[in-house]
Amino acid sequence: MQLQLRGMTKSFGDLVANDDISVTIEAGQIHALLGENGAGKSTLMNILYGLLRPDSGEILVDGSPVAFGSPADAIKVGIGMVHQHFMLVPVFTVAQNVELGDERVGPLGFLRTSEAEEAVREVSQRFGLEVDPAAIVEDLPVGIQQRVEIIKALTRDASCLILDEPTAVLTPQETDELLAIIRGLRDSGKSIVLITHKLREVREAADVITVIRRGRVVATAIPPSTSETELAALMVGREVSLTVDRGTSSPEAQTLQVRGLTVYDAADRVVVDDVSFDVRAGEILCIAGVQGNGQTELVEAIMGLQDRVVGEIHVGGTVTSHPETRRMLALGVGYVPEDREEDGLVSTFSLAQNLVLDTISTSRWSRYGIVDYARIDAGARELLAQFDVRARDAYVTAGTLSGGNKQKVVLARELSRDLTVLIAAQPTRGLDVGSIEFVHRRLIEVRDSGVAVLIVSTELDEVCALADRILVMYQGRVAGIVGRDSPRDDLGMLMAGVVPA
Amino acid sequence: MSEERSENPTPILDSRTRDTLHPPAEPPPGTSAEIRRSVLGMNLLVSFLSVVLALVIGGVLIVISSPEVLSAAFYFFDRPADTFSAIWQTLSSAYSALFQGAIVNLSALSEGDLARAFYPMSESITIASPLIVAGLAVAIPFRAGLFNIGAQGQMTFAAIGGGYVGFALALPAGLHLAASVIMAMVFGAVWAGIAGFLKARTGAHEVITTIMLNYIALYLLSWVLNQDWFQREGRNDPISPILPDTSVFPNLFGLSLRVHAGFLVALVAVGVMWWILNRTTLGFRINTVGANASAARTAGMNVGRTWIVAMLLGGAMAGLAVTMNVNGTDKVVTAGVVGAIGFDAITVALLGRASPFGVLWAGLLFGALRAGGLTMQAQTGTPIDIVLVLQALIVLFIAAPALVRAVFRIRGGSSEAMSLAKGWNG
Ligand SMILES: Nc1ncnc2c1ncn2[C@@H]1O[C@H](COP(=O)(O)OP(=O)(O)OP(=O)(O)O)[C@@H](O)[C@H]1O
Ligand SMILES: [Mg+2]
Repeated sequence: MQLQLRGMTKSFGDLVANDDISVTIEAGQIHALLGENGAGKSTLMNILYGLLRPDSGEILVDGSPVAFGSPADAIKVGIGMVHQHFMLVPVFTVAQNVELGDERVGPLGFLRTSEAEEAVREVSQRFGLEVDPAAIVEDLPVGIQQRVEIIKALTRDASCLILDEPTAVLTPQETDELLAIIRGLRDSGKSIVLITHKLREVREAADVITVIRRGRVVATAIPPSTSETELAALMVGREVSLTVDRGTSSPEAQTLQVRGLTVYDAADRVVVDDVSFDVRAGEILCIAGVQGNGQTELVEAIMGLQDRVVGEIHVGGTVTSHPETRRMLALGVGYVPEDREEDGLVSTFSLAQNLVLDTISTSRWSRYGIVDYARIDAGARELLAQFDVRARDAYVTAGTLSGGNKQKVVLARELSRDLTVLIAAQPTRGLDVGSIEFVHRRLIEVRDSGVAVLIVSTELDEVCALADRILVMYQGRVAGIVGRDSPRDDLGMLMAGVVPA
Repeated sequence: MSEERSENPTPILDSRTRDTLHPPAEPPPGTSAEIRRSVLGMNLLVSFLSVVLALVIGGVLIVISSPEVLSAAFYFFDRPADTFSAIWQTLSSAYSALFQGAIVNLSALSEGDLARAFYPMSESITIASPLIVAGLAVAIPFRAGLFNIGAQGQMTFAAIGGGYVGFALALPAGLHLAASVIMAMVFGAVWAGIAGFLKARTGAHEVITTIMLNYIALYLLSWVLNQDWFQREGRNDPISPILPDTSVFPNLFGLSLRVHAGFLVALVAVGVMWWILNRTTLGFRINTVGANASAARTAGMNVGRTWIVAMLLGGAMAGLAVTMNVNGTDKVVTAGVVGAIGFDAITVALLGRASPFGVLWAGLLFGALRAGGLTMQAQTGTPIDIVLVLQALIVLFIAAPALVRAVFRIRGGSSEAMSLAKGWNG
C-alpha cells in the first residue's frame, strides 16, 4: 500500500506543528521520520492514524484520497499504530488483548478465545514474532509487550505500521530483535513508519529518511550515503558533537553515601538487595544495567518514595534510615524521575507551575504561604529559553508538549535548583541528539560545580560518555563498580550477571 | 412574627423539604478519576449549554403535561393552530412565571412597589446562600481529588455546635454571631476531618466514610434535640430555643425581604476560597495532589496531610453553610434545618466545575430555579417537580459533555481521544 500525505498543515493556536508537509510512504519500505523534539513528528502520525484532524492537506491511499474521522477509519484501510505507552490490559492474556475491540463471539455471545489464540499463533508464525498467546501481559518484558502491540495491528491486516519511538524503553538486544522484525515485515511488503531519535537505528534499518524541522520537511536522505553527523546536523540545523567533552573530574568529599540499602516490593520480594555505594562531590556515578534490575527502586528508595526500605542514607552530614522526600529535596537533592508523565509533571498544570512543583514553598517563589506568580512566570520564561523548550509560552499545559520537551521541563526544574546531589533516572530518554548534547553538557557542568551526580541509564553509550565510575546492577545487587575506562565487553558481562575474569 | 416563621420554616418548597434520609447512591468505585477529569476539564460553554438543553427538555415536559395543550391536541387536525398557540401559551407563561418568581416581579415593579418587586430575587438569594457555601464544601476537597459526599453530615453536626452557642450563650451582638459561626465552622471541620484523617491514615474511601458520618450526624442531631440542654423549654417536639438577635445575621433590606447578611458572608467565602486555591502554596498543593498524586509525592508534598487539610477546609465551609439557615433564615435548630442542601451541594459543585466562582453562579442558578419554581407552580399549575427535573437534567448533561457537544455540534472531543491515545512520546 502506498500512502501519501500531501500539504499537511496543523496548528495549535498560533503554533504551527505541521507546516505543509508532504511525504510518500511506499509499500515495502521502512520510512524513518527524524526530527528534533517538537518538530511535529507525532502530530503528523496522529493525523495519519485519525487521532487528529489536519487544518488542511490530504491523505491518499494508493492514489485515492481518504478522510479519517477516527482511528477506526484508519484501521479499516490498513493502518496500524504502536504507541510508546502500550495500550494493553495488563491482567489479560496476549490473545485476549489482541482480540480486544475486535472480539469474535460464539452463538451465545461467549468469546471464542481459542480462535483468537489461533490468530495470534498464525500471525506470530508468519512474521516470526515469537509470543505465547496464553501468557498474561503483565508478566511479559517490555520488548514482548511491544510485540503484542505489533501482532495486534497485524491481525487487523495492517499493511502500514506506524511505530512512534518504539525503542526508547527497549534494551539493546530487544532493539535489535525489533529491528529484525521490522525488516521482516518490510520484506513481506508492508510499509513501516519509524520514528526514533537514535541515529544508529535509523541508519541500520531505514530505506528512506525524511527529516522534519519546526514542522517542515527539510531533507530526504538515503541512509548509506548520509552519515550520522550529517543526519544530526540536518535535524538540528547546526553541527552537533556526538561525544561529550567531559574534562577531568576532581572528586572531593563523600556527599551521598548509601549503606546496606534493601527494598521490598508489595509482594514481599527483595528488589534491591543490600546495596552500598558512595558518590563524591564533583563526580558522576552512573548506574548501568538492564531495565528492571532494581535501579528504579533504588533511586526511589533514596528519595523516600518506596515504602519498605532498610538501610542508611547519608547526604552531606545528615544520616537517615527513613528518607522523606521533602527532607531530601530540602537537603539539596535534585531528582529527575524515570517516568516523567506520571511522577515528573502535572499534565493539566502550566509549564510555569510545573517548573516550581517542588520548590513552591521556598522563599524564592512564595512568602508566608502566598505565591508570587509574577516571579514564577518570569523565572519560567527564562528557564524555557535556556533549555530551548519548544512551547508557545509558559502558560500552555504540560500535557500539550512533545515527549522530548516534557523531559526538558523536568530537567530544567531540577538542574536550576541549589544542588548538593543530583539523581537523574534516564535523563535523556526521548530527547533528540541536539538536546542530548545540551543535557550532557549541563550534567558535566553540574558535576564541575561540585555536585555529586548519580545517573541511572540503560543506554550504555550514555553511561560511557558521562560516568566517572560505573556501578552495574544485576537482580537488585551490585554486580560490580568499575572505572570509566573498563571495556564495554566487561560491562556487558556484568550486566548479564557474569563477573569478568 | 419572626417566631412564627421560624417554627414553620418557610413557605417555599426548597430543597429542605425533601427527604433527608436518602443520600444519593454512591458512585461505582474506580470512576472518580474519570468524573474528576470530565468535571475539571469541561469548558464553560458546555456548562452553559447544559442549562439551555435542560430548559428545552424541561419545556417539552411542561408542554406535554399541560391539560390545555392536551385538549387542544385532541382536535389538532382540525385546528392545528390551536395546539401551537396552546403550546406557546403554556410555555411562555410557565417560563415567564419561573423568571418572575426568581428575579423580579414585573407587575409590582411597574406599580413601583419595590419590596414586592424584588421579593423573588431576595428569595432566590436566600435559598442560594447556603447552597453556594455548601457547594464550596464539596468543591475544595474535589480539587484535592476527594469526593466529599458528607457536606450533609458536616452541616448537621455543625448545626449542633453553632446552634448551641447561638442560643445558649449570652454575648454582645456581633461577637455572639461570630462565636456561633466560628463554632459551626469548627464542628463542620472536625466532622469532615474525621473522613480526611481516615483516608490519609488507613486509605478508607472518603465516599463511604462521609456517607456513614452523614447518618451518625443525623441521628446525633435527633438525639440532641430531645435533650434538656438543647430542646426548647416546654416543648415536646424536637426543636431548639430561638436564637436571640445577638447571634443572628441581620436582614439586609428590612423585614419584608428575607435576604440576610449571610449572603455577604457567602460572597466573602467564595473570594477567600478562590484566593486560597489560586494564590497560596496550600492551594497549589491541593491542586497538585488532586491532579496527579504521584507527581505531588515526588515533589515532596505530603499527600495525606493535604487531603486532611482539604477536608478540614471543606468541612468549615459546610459549617458556614448551615449558619445561613441556623443564624439566618430559620433562627432555630430543627431536625430539618439542613434539608438536603448537603446533597444539592454536590450538584452545585459539579455544575460550578469545582471552582469557587463557578460554584457561586451555580448556587445562584439553583436558588433562582427553586424560588421561581414555586411561583411557577402557584401561577400556572406547572408542578414544581419540573425544577427538580431541570436540575437532574443539568447534572446529566454535565456528566456527559460529549452528548452536549454532539447536540450542538461542537468540536473538541477529539483532544480527549488524543490524550488517551498519546503515550510516552507525548
Ligand atoms: N494538543 C496540543 N495542543 C497544543 N500544542 C500541541 C499539541 N500537541 C502538540 N503540540 C505542539 O506541537 C508541536 C509538535 O509536537 P509533536 O508531539 O508532534 O513533536 P514530536 O516531533 O513528536 O517531538 P518529540 O520528538 O519530542 O516527541 C510541539 O511544539 C507541541 O508542543
Ligand atoms: Mg513525539
